[in-house]
Amino acid sequence: MIAGSNLEKVINSGNFVVTGELGPPKGADITTLKHHAEEMRHYVDAYNITDNQTAIVRTSSIACGATLVQMGLEPIIQITVRDRNRICIQGDVLGAQALGIKNILCLSGDHQKFGNEPGSKGVYDIDSMQLIKGLKDMRDEGTFIGGDELEDSVSYYLGAVENPFADPFEYRVDRLEKKINSGVSFIQTQCIFDLERFKKWMELVRERGLHKKAAIMGGVTPIKSLGAARYMKNNVSGITIPDSVIDRIKGAEKKKEEGLKIAVETIQELQEIEGVAGAHVMAIAWEEKVPEIVERSGLYPRPSV
Amino acid sequence: MIVAERKPIDQIAEVIAPYQKVLVLGCGTCVTVCLSGGEKEAQELASALRLKTKKDKQEIQVEAFTIERQCEYEYVEQVKDRLDQYEVIVSMACGVGVQTITEKYPSLMVMPGLNTKFMGYPLEQGVWSERCLGCGDCVLHLTRGICPITRCAKSILNGPCGGSAEGKCELSPELDCAWHLIHERLSQMGRLADMNVIQPPKDWSTSHHGGPRTIVREDVRLDSGE
Repeated sequence: MIAGSNLEKVINSGNFVVTGELGPPKGADITTLKHHAEEMRHYVDAYNITDNQTAIVRTSSIACGATLVQMGLEPIIQITVRDRNRICIQGDVLGAQALGIKNILCLSGDHQKFGNEPGSKGVYDIDSMQLIKGLKDMRDEGTFIGGDELEDSVSYYLGAVENPFADPFEYRVDRLEKKINSGVSFIQTQCIFDLERFKKWMELVRERGLHKKAAIMGGVTPIKSLGAARYMKNNVSGITIPDSVIDRIKGAEKKKEEGLKIAVETIQELQEIEGVAGAHVMAIAWEEKVPEIVERSGLYPRPSV
Repeated sequence: MIVAERKPIDQIAEVIAPYQKVLVLGCGTCVTVCLSGGEKEAQELASALRLKTKKDKQEIQVEAFTIERQCEYEYVEQVKDRLDQYEVIVSMACGVGVQTITEKYPSLMVMPGLNTKFMGYPLEQGVWSERCLGCGDCVLHLTRGICPITRCAKSILNGPCGGSAEGKCELSPELDCAWHLIHERLSQMGRLADMNVIQPPKDWSTSHHGGPRTIVREDVRLDSGE
């Protein structure tokens, strides 16, 4: 056991893990976020809290994470390297630890050009790989990136993202391996709409035994409408949606139900793929559907470990 | 070379509006080669300003000439007397030229006529592309000649990030993903294993983040004092 988080315990138990995602608001009132967290209680093992996602200014992930801790729920705080240098990141990680946060997800972050402050200065002092290694060394070696020693020990469970749909395809497994070698214990992938490509990627993952070194969780997003699908396909960096999926939504009488069905089918398929440890459900602006998705996927009740 | 672009004419006109005697000073080096601030462009800007100020019924005299280089005292010194005849000088050099004249002759009023953009080269006639950020600790040996600091929008040393698709950057379909290019190049050279090395955090103190930089070379100084 590394950090003793619920996420880590469920992963270690061998049960299929389910995580949800909460996006903080563009304001300081987090009532809705808390409400969504409450809705998902007992349906997910932990909650990702995004870090100014798509470079849009929002309440901080650590503040929302600390609120979840107070509610007796388990956050996975996301940390991007876009907005903070190594001094700030390491300080924030210590602060998160002090507030009882036990899971951290390391990302590059969408470029600031995409957000509501496109004129901001991107930091990118370190990259996501160096972030993973830096946080691992803080935990395992007791040293900061610059070599100075921490005054006391820290313990958190480290994860990262990987995008099997980005290019070059053949490098995506190398990159996963590099992230694992840098120190992550779990991986959440970008939203899966192209299951065939995901399966091909998992084959390569298994060939190298990487699924035994880190828990691989497949990203799933239920499509709420045809417009949402088209928007994601054309505007969200790193997401690919095959035309067959768009056509399926287009042809469906009840589009929302079709979107849910695709998500449930994807999670069910993920459970059948050797080496997939769980599903990360990102129901953006559709958080209330997470319990239904989890239940219909046969993953309720969640194990208590 | 240093690549620059002329400022919008309205902005320049606004800056010179309070003055009667204006000089547009071209520079014969980088900005001549990148067609933004040489003899031709200085003359063109002067004509355009004359037309504009005339149209706006302003009494402004605008002249132009060019010197070999605005970023070294010896070239600026040669034309000091001529520079003294104007109330304001619109420098068509990069930002270095503007500051060289200002530091040498603080009594002169020097305004920038260009926006200095980057260090790069022309990909073809009329297209320039950035290639060096001057980070002070070159990594081109690691990536076999393709700079990730400059050409990756996130200056990632362990790329490509998840936003790379079909060889292009998440920023724009027109922009090559630097790490895609590096991957291809290393692959061609049989050095793909290099991609798996975890590159440690960069020491940015050699770049501007360490403060404005100065290089002192005692071996070539004239007053090094034997």
